Amino acid sequence: MGSPPLFYRWSSKIMPWLGILAIIFLSVGLFWGLLIAPTDYKQGDVYRILYVHVPSAILGQSIFMFMAACGLINVVWRAKISGMILKSAAPIGMSFTLIALVTGSVWGKPTWGTWWVWDARLTSTLILFFIYAALIGLYSSIDDKTKADRAVSILSIVGLAIIPVIKKSVDWWQTLHQPSTFTLTSSPSMSPDMYQPLLLCVIGFYLIFAFTLTLNLRNEVIDRERSKNWVKQIFVN
Amino acid sequence: MNPLRKQRLYALIAVLIGSLLATWLVVSALSENMNLFYSPSEILEADIDENALIRAGGMVKQGSIEKSKDSLNVRFTVTDYQNELIINYEGILPDLFDENAGVVVRGNLKTDGSFKAIEVLAKHDENYMPPEVAKLIEVNE
Repeated sequence: MGSPPLFYRWSSKIMPWLGILAIIFLSVGLFWGLLIAPTDYKQGDVYRILYVHVPSAILGQSIFMFMAACGLINVVWRAKISGMILKSAAPIGMSFTLIALVTGSVWGKPTWGTWWVWDARLTSTLILFFIYAALIGLYSSIDDKTKADRAVSILSIVGLAIIPVIKKSVDWWQTLHQPSTFTLTSSPSMSPDMYQPLLLCVIGFYLIFAFTLTLNLRNEVIDRERSKNWVKQIFVN
Repeated sequence: MNPLRKQRLYALIAVLIGSLLATWLVVSALSENMNLFYSPSEILEADIDENALIRAGGMVKQGSIEKSKDSLNVRFTVTDYQNELIINYEGILPDLFDENAGVVVRGNLKTDGSFKAIEVLAKHDENYMPPEVAKLIEVNE
């Protein structure tokens, strides 16, 4: 797994499956959520935006945690591939965070009556977006790839502290954003025919992440190993 | 684990703890200011200047909404179930604005104790259900 040529061969086999599974989960989840699931008693149809908003917000945060884990492996064990994974995952996480911010804003206008409010949940999510931007910026400002990997790894671990703040913001402070519908301690305050499609969408979004990450990572591997023999062999034939 | 790796791991854990600690310090220092709005009780306790723009929030009291017939003027009471605040507002209300629903208003506290709002935002709760289920719950109550 750790060796680039092995990853390259192995990933070309698994990629189509990831793509197909992502399409299946997302099309079923979104079709179910957007067309079949019942309307909400209070919000009407506008609540359906959560089938995109909630998975993107979950992904935006869990990709960051995943990146911090890669950062730890990169710093402690100096595994080259972990640096490449970190670098490849950053733009995807940033995109999901942006989607969460934009869809939340589109939902906020009809429901709350405003596009944006500086409450703790919204502001901390915006900070996460900026941390992603900082990671990408830091990476591109260092020419030496190994050093860039190391710097970004450390920053990803420093940035990890924002995740609990985002998660707990709705409990610690008075916010306009509602508290979590899904908690570990009590049953969800959403009816089952509404959260079942949401679950499919979340899995679908994770699969999209796995697919795009593999795609980015393959490019990164080829780019970094371009002078190696195994790469030349692939592209000469 | 070899000693070098162990050392790096400890260094990273120290970085993480430091970062968490710094965030915690910032968060606890900001704590009061991080609240988006004040409850009616907090507003009554505090000495608030008439010109200060503040946000108040709570539940809209049942049966308190009085809409003017020939203008966009509306008057309602916000409660935190301990204290109440009378809100005057002129403008369009958000769709989710309703009795027994959360609301956040921005404006000034007048010297007579009423609140002149320039913006009214509806606060949504974490409950999602189909209309039929909502009706059933209402009947059961």
